[in-house]
Amino acid sequence: MADLITQAASERAQIGPGGLFVATLRRDLMLSLRRKSELVNPLIFFLMVITLFPLGVSPEPGFLAQLAPGALWVAALLATLLSMDSLFRTDFDDGSLEQLLLSPQPLFIVVLAKVLAHWMLSGLALTLVAPVIAVMLFLPAEGMPGLMLSLLIGTPTLSLVGAIGAALTVGLKRGGVLISLLVLPLYIPVLIFGTSAVQAAVTGLPLGGYLALLGALLALGLALAPLAIGAALRISVSG
Amino acid sequence: MSGPMLQVENLFCERDDRMLFEGLGFSVDAGEIVQIEGANGSGKTTLLRILSGLSRNYEGDIFWRGEPIDRVRDQFCRELLYFGHQPGVKALLTPEENLRWYCALHPSLDASRVAEALEQVGLAGFEDVPCHSLSAGQHRRVSLSRLYLSDAPLWILDEPFTAIDKRGVAAKEALIGRHIARGGSVILTTHQDLQGSSVVRSINLDRQGGH
Repeated sequence: MADLITQAASERAQIGPGGLFVATLRRDLMLSLRRKSELVNPLIFFLMVITLFPLGVSPEPGFLAQLAPGALWVAALLATLLSMDSLFRTDFDDGSLEQLLLSPQPLFIVVLAKVLAHWMLSGLALTLVAPVIAVMLFLPAEGMPGLMLSLLIGTPTLSLVGAIGAALTVGLKRGGVLISLLVLPLYIPVLIFGTSAVQAAVTGLPLGGYLALLGALLALGLALAPLAIGAALRISVSG
Repeated sequence: MSGPMLQVENLFCERDDRMLFEGLGFSVDAGEIVQIEGANGSGKTTLLRILSGLSRNYEGDIFWRGEPIDRVRDQFCRELLYFGHQPGVKALLTPEENLRWYCALHPSLDASRVAEALEQVGLAGFEDVPCHSLSAGQHRRVSLSRLYLSDAPLWILDEPFTAIDKRGVAAKEALIGRHIARGGSVILTTHQDLQGSSVVRSINLDRQGGH
């Protein structure tokens, strides 16, 4: 990933919304890579929860395999939620958010780039490590494609919806708890369809329907969430 | 274009049940410096945030080139440079990376002039140093270097000289002078007296407050 960023950095910044999207994506990835402790936080949380399950519940393979789809999805959801608070926090504290809101460029673009950067380092990273961690819960090999696909399509929605909560609470001193309250109800459909997709894959049923529903949620989120995030940011900065 | 650039009519703002100003009206013409004065807590920053469009907690009318500001928001953003209380500089990025992102936000700016702007504020040689290892004054200078890049007619500057040394202040005053000569306008707050600028007009907020 570092190679990708230096390569992108050597390119000239283009003018226009496309250039802004790339510039913001690169900036946010660079910021995250320079703050390594926060970078691995969601992954470590994910790993810890899954490690504790066999210890706390039962180490029996058959039982764990039954538990695995739900546990993996809940852990991924909570890991995403925990990382959400920092999305706009530093930008708010150092005044970058004000500059961003005063830009003549569409806010939609910047917001989408920031959420994409956040997802690449939380949701996408979780998706990539999920199969390794799923083995610890004895998830059958047939379930792996379902797990990865459902996380790949489901976690971007989690990031988009979580960003609305983050934008609404960024002006508050301690917004972390409030984000959870605001956002968790909206996470539930994603959790249900995500878990169902993995279970369907394990039992050998077709999972196209669940993935299509997750895709529909993602399409809805991509179209509407950036508008809500932008409006929420304006309210937070205005206060 | 004739008429004032920015016109404010009957502005009212209240914060935490305390009235900051009421019936405030003034206009800013091209080539004019308007200095907002007032004691700490008199609402200087609040006024600047309202004028720049960041805060919507006000009543009254603001016109940009004769049009209500909400209707020409895009045009206004293109012609505005806002230097806020927080400098808008990312501590983890280098000065150059900070400015490049700012150039991406404002498509009219020429990103190839970033190095030149940093040299102007005395940060040549610090391009690749992360901003968190710069001093407080240098940190502010990174943000101030936007003034050298900018071609926006209206500058709104909130305490631009804080933590800047004497020579830096003189350079910034010269820069503001050049901006005025080009037909730009500046609205600023500062606790220092501006030297050598004859066109400074002050607005005092102390007389406005409901004490």
